[in-house]
Amino acid sequence: MKFLCLAYEEEARLNALSRPEWDALRSETLAYVGILQKSGHLILTNALQSARMASTVRVRDGERSVLDGPYAETREQLGGFFLIEARDREEAIELAARWPSARLGSIEVRPVEEVLREERRY
Amino acid sequence: MTRSCAEPIADPEARTAAEAARAAEAVARSGYGKLVAILSARHRDVAAAEDALAEAFALALEDWPTKGVPQSPEAWLLTVARRRIIDGIRRERTAAGAVDHLKLVGEELAAREAPEIPDERLALMFACAHPALDPGIRAPLILQTLLGFDAAAIASAFLTAPATMGQRLVRAKRKIRDAGIPFEVPTGAELAPRLGAVLDAIYAAFAEGWLDPGGTDARSRPLADEAIGLGRVVVALLPEEPEALGLLSLMLHAEARRAARRDIDGGFVPLAAQDPRRWDAARIDEAEALLRRASQLPGAGRFQLEAAIQSAHAARRVHGRADWPAICALYEVLLASTGSPVVAVNRAVALAEVEGARAGLEALAMWDADPRLADYQPYWAARAELLARAGEVEAAQEAYGRAMGLESDPSVRRHLDRRRAAVAAAEAGDHHAER
Repeated sequence: MKFLCLAYEEEARLNALSRPEWDALRSETLAYVGILQKSGHLILTNALQSARMASTVRVRDGERSVLDGPYAETREQLGGFFLIEARDREEAIELAARWPSARLGSIEVRPVEEVLREERRY
Repeated sequence: MTRSCAEPIADPEARTAAEAARAAEAVARSGYGKLVAILSARHRDVAAAEDALAEAFALALEDWPTKGVPQSPEAWLLTVARRRIIDGIRRERTAAGAVDHLKLVGEELAAREAPEIPDERLALMFACAHPALDPGIRAPLILQTLLGFDAAAIASAFLTAPATMGQRLVRAKRKIRDAGIPFEVPTGAELAPRLGAVLDAIYAAFAEGWLDPGGTDARSRPLADEAIGLGRVVVALLPEEPEALGLLSLMLHAEARRAARRDIDGGFVPLAAQDPRRWDAARIDEAEALLRRASQLPGAGRFQLEAAIQSAHAARRVHGRADWPAICALYEVLLASTGSPVVAVNRAVALAEVEGARAGLEALAMWDADPRLADYQPYWAARAELLARAGEVEAAQEAYGRAMGLESDPSVRRHLDRRRAAVAAAEAGDHHAER
């Protein structure tokens, strides 16, 4: 089963880390990504630029609107993601709990819908 | 309807079913490897033996609740599994199969007359650790054939995808059958190197179980205990082999400290901070006795040296301090003979205890570029600790981070994180004091 893990974090909190603290977190993350790759769990991962760089696009009645900034103004913003292959939800949560930024922010673990359903979306 | 475990089971049918399941479970735990070893020896077909035994177990769960658990459950399972193999051969209808068929029937009759089941496990271990097989698959193969672990449990212990592990196990079994790998204990000059491969595989299983006390599918059956059991089988069947004695001693020494590695809150306690009173004295005594026996036999190999190192750590029980100069010297001998980066890391840590953190870091520096250490958690943890002691606080923090990323045990990660924070705080305190 595929799970998309969304890492939410407070940008200000990460910016407040000292240089050595940031280096430690970065090294830890890179090392864990390596582990996930080796074990065959990781499909794709990326960090995201600041939510300040986001654009939110909507089309209503054929009219396109583009707003600067993220979809929702919340304290924690999406800072990165990792798409994993896991045996079940339990394993996905186990793997997400090891993601270093889980100690600072939150990881939302969402099962992937392999095929868009024919009847009823959810 | 749900029933609590403590409540007695009133229904007699349910009770006999439970008894039958317990009896089958007991054989699966204690006799599985013995049965696979016997069943696979003749045709060198491990997969067929496992399948036949699985069918026999399934039949037992149907049969035993109504007819009662047989006098010798192992002999019963062996007979049924043998029949399954005969049926399989009949279906093949080859001339060679017919001959084997007769032999098997003969064995079956003999088994009936003498229900004593010979211990062929060592021969199976030698087949599983044969030089024709990839070293990386030997320990998983031994865990599966001798202990009945399934591919998924083994895969999680060895950090491999279950499908990959399954395929590799299947391929290895096919190779044993098709390449005619013998099921026998080698003799003479051949024994030592071949025994080395068997011991390496057992130790690999032990190390996986020891480093990973939780968080894997194997948690319900501690790999380390099972590996010690296999070590005992080897020592019982080859009592004069110093390396077999050395390996068992080494495993028992490490196992003796298992409880002391956790504090009351389940937090990780590194060796240096452990209370020797929490070490298992009986296991240490057994380990020391095995090491003495090994040292009276000619030749000192890797496992005997490693057991001696653990013995020098255990000296803290008596002298209050580990014998670091001895540990350092033993690691040097081991490093010279193995060239292993893992030994190099341990030697550097020991050297730091004798000559200081700088000396340890210099010893590590020679290995910094070794790609085998890039993902090796103990290297990064050791490096972090030595850097911290040498006052290189920023580099230490980064190394702690790397070690955390590589560590699967959450309590060890927490320990490393606390160490990192403590090192950072100590430095901040120093700066404060300077001002």
